[in-house]
Amino acid sequence: MSLLAVSDLALTIHGVPILRDVDLAIAPGEIFGLVGESGSGKSMTALAFMGLLPHGSLATGEALFDGEDLLCLPERRLTRLRGNDIAMIFQEPMTALNPMKTIGDQVAETLRVHRAATRAEARAVARDRLDRVGLPEDRFPLTLYPHELSGGQRQRVAIAMAIALRPKLLIADEPTTALDVTTQAQILDLLRGLARDEDMALLLITHDLAVVADMARHVAVMKDGRVVEAGATEPLFRARREDYTRRLIVASEHVPARRSAPPGADLLTVSGAVREYLLPRPSALAPHPRLRAVDGVSFTLRAGESLGLVGESGCGKSTLTRAILGLDPLQGGRIRLGEEEVTAGRKMAPALRARMQVVFQDPYGSFNPRHRVERLVAEPFHLTGRPRDARDRVAAALDEVGLKPADMAKYIHEFSGGQRQRIAIARALIIRPDLIVLDEAVSALDVRVRAQVLDLLARLQQSHGLAYLFISHDLSVVRSVTDRVMVMRAGRIVEEGATEAVFTAPQEAYTKALIAAAPRIPDAWKEPADATRP
Amino acid sequence: MQRYLVRRLISLVLSLVVASLVIFAVIEIVPGDPASYMLGLNASPETVAALRDRLGLNEPVPLRYLHWLVGMLQGDFGQSYTYKVPVAELVAQRLTVSLPLALLALLLATAIAFPAGLIAAARRGRAADSAVMGATQIGVALPNFWFAMLLVLAFALHWRLFPAGGFPGWSEPLAGIRALTLPAIALALPQAAILARVLRSALVETLGQDYIRTARAKGLTRGQALVGHALRNAMIPVLTILGMQFSFLLAGAIIIENVFYLPGLGRLIFQAITQRDLIVVESVVMILVFAVILVTFLVDLAYGAIDPRLRKRA
Repeated sequence: MSLLAVSDLALTIHGVPILRDVDLAIAPGEIFGLVGESGSGKSMTALAFMGLLPHGSLATGEALFDGEDLLCLPERRLTRLRGNDIAMIFQEPMTALNPMKTIGDQVAETLRVHRAATRAEARAVARDRLDRVGLPEDRFPLTLYPHELSGGQRQRVAIAMAIALRPKLLIADEPTTALDVTTQAQILDLLRGLARDEDMALLLITHDLAVVADMARHVAVMKDGRVVEAGATEPLFRARREDYTRRLIVASEHVPARRSAPPGADLLTVSGAVREYLLPRPSALAPHPRLRAVDGVSFTLRAGESLGLVGESGCGKSTLTRAILGLDPLQGGRIRLGEEEVTAGRKMAPALRARMQVVFQDPYGSFNPRHRVERLVAEPFHLTGRPRDARDRVAAALDEVGLKPADMAKYIHEFSGGQRQRIAIARALIIRPDLIVLDEAVSALDVRVRAQVLDLLARLQQSHGLAYLFISHDLSVVRSVTDRVMVMRAGRIVEEGATEAVFTAPQEAYTKALIAAAPRIPDAWKEPADATRP
Repeated sequence: MQRYLVRRLISLVLSLVVASLVIFAVIEIVPGDPASYMLGLNASPETVAALRDRLGLNEPVPLRYLHWLVGMLQGDFGQSYTYKVPVAELVAQRLTVSLPLALLALLLATAIAFPAGLIAAARRGRAADSAVMGATQIGVALPNFWFAMLLVLAFALHWRLFPAGGFPGWSEPLAGIRALTLPAIALALPQAAILARVLRSALVETLGQDYIRTARAKGLTRGQALVGHALRNAMIPVLTILGMQFSFLLAGAIIIENVFYLPGLGRLIFQAITQRDLIVVESVVMILVFAVILVTFLVDLAYGAIDPRLRKRA
């Protein structure tokens, strides 16, 4: 007997078809994975169960939850179900909580709104639930506000809120996508434990196949609003019967073909770099306390080399990057590119700046939406002076990254995320730099697009002899595209070495913990020979 | 919270000092000698000089500024040149009209704007929203003195529910409130329209936030999420507008005061300016600046009370 049985679910929003023929069956207490790329309809499926679809939506079919069809229930009944029998947590923990209310009030509200407890009881339950999700009373009193917590802690509060009334089904929509690997591992562990201890079914929505492989008993793969394949997790991963599933799994493990470059001359030399921030004074007369975001970092990047920099958010990677790019001054140490000193601000010669370019994470936020692609790609020419054949060079750069020269007349909103990242690479390439800093450059991309962009980067590196500083929190990507890797923690490089050596035999406890925390598809599942056909 | 308070207080005092300097300087530059104005066209130069001396107008400028400042700190705002009474007394008298009028208008504006803004936000994109937005558009566009005359025609002359003008004083509180009712309505409507629009747009923005979705996923109805989560988050822009409106209502009611023959602050300044009663102008403007800065200070405190993040950061 399924807890949730969905058949023929279809959805249109303002007449545009979003979902069709969605069939799912989730048993009580099981962890069910729903995977797919962005835009495949995973979140809309979940919102359809919750009755929280956007305005103008029309859902048809059947979604039987405990014998009731969720799609036909009146709003009044749905508000009783939500938070009580079905609960949901979302991707972005930083914005999922009301910034004006204490965490205790927000957890207790779940009980209060369902009239399940008096005020005092609700607070007692809130305390109990926060303890359960790993936020003990001594460090996390009910009176804290969300802004006093980290992302992982906020996600724990969101979970406490969702499980306050011990729902039968918890829907988790990309619950760990915005979190670091070690935090992700803790949150996934918590969710797994909750499903087991509280006999709660968990619908885990994610783009990350490794997370599903690690967590779910059953899995459904979605593409373009349809479920293309569903079944028990292990056989599905082993058999890879559907072409799309196979492509997804292959893409997620993709290693671009690349030759390690012979060590060239030293290109980027960072020695003893220190970057400090002043914090607000604790009292009017006290000196400003200092935060050392980068604490004596030294390394060398050789021409044509690919160097990885991994670490969790807040470890100082981005601060270090800004200093390398000459955007912020150092408080100690020095950075040299070739023979020249990198300084921040106007003192730094444009010719030196032109030798390094950067590609950022967000393909949506890093372009001016009012400029055409031609102007966007030609922008770095202000460092070198605009050549006469600028237009031809833009066309050539677009061609090199796999776009059409005709695309230069378009605006950025006409492109997909992957295409935008290609345009960002074209922009970096156009003035033929020696070094490209890739700051989480593929982190926002779906696996198949990510594989293509990684191939492109590998190809360009060979053809142009580029050096990459590849910054990412995604260990598997760093492993597949870099020659050497550095692990950063609390402003320091804690381990450094040849990539394979560091990944196969990490020396530092922190590196070991990072690698252990990253979810992986079990190696045994990659041999399709002994696949058990369902 | 304490540091937040101290910082706000320091900025309050500094603003006052700067404002007093600006006001004093402007009055110095304005042409027209109060002494010759008070004595009329036929006064002899000797009499004028004597009066200038008595008024202290012959002292050096920095000294006069200092006298003025110290006097104000002691509650002595000087003597009105034309009324021949202490400015403090004059202002206090006028405030008994202007302050209740401003408060009443603000109360009315809030009482109209909050339900209107909430309804429009809750039913955004639908008929009720369009109706409220249309009405506020009209409310913003109508000149309030014209609307005041309509009110007089209807409620004072036709139905005889309220007096058409004048102010009987507070010896009979009920009569006083009745006299202020129509002017307060005339003042409140455009303010209500602006406030309702600000509230609606702030609410619509907060309703799109992730935490509203979280609240709905917990089982809150749309209305509960609106009042329980969106409203407080939308209060920052609303409070900003409210503070500005109060300051405006305190002194900016001059046209309405004229329509209803109310002895308020606006009319006092207007008369003082036309009669070169510079000491009154100086002092009343200073008092108004003080009121505005005080209101801003209170609004800042309210921000801190509403938003825990502001308390922390400051």
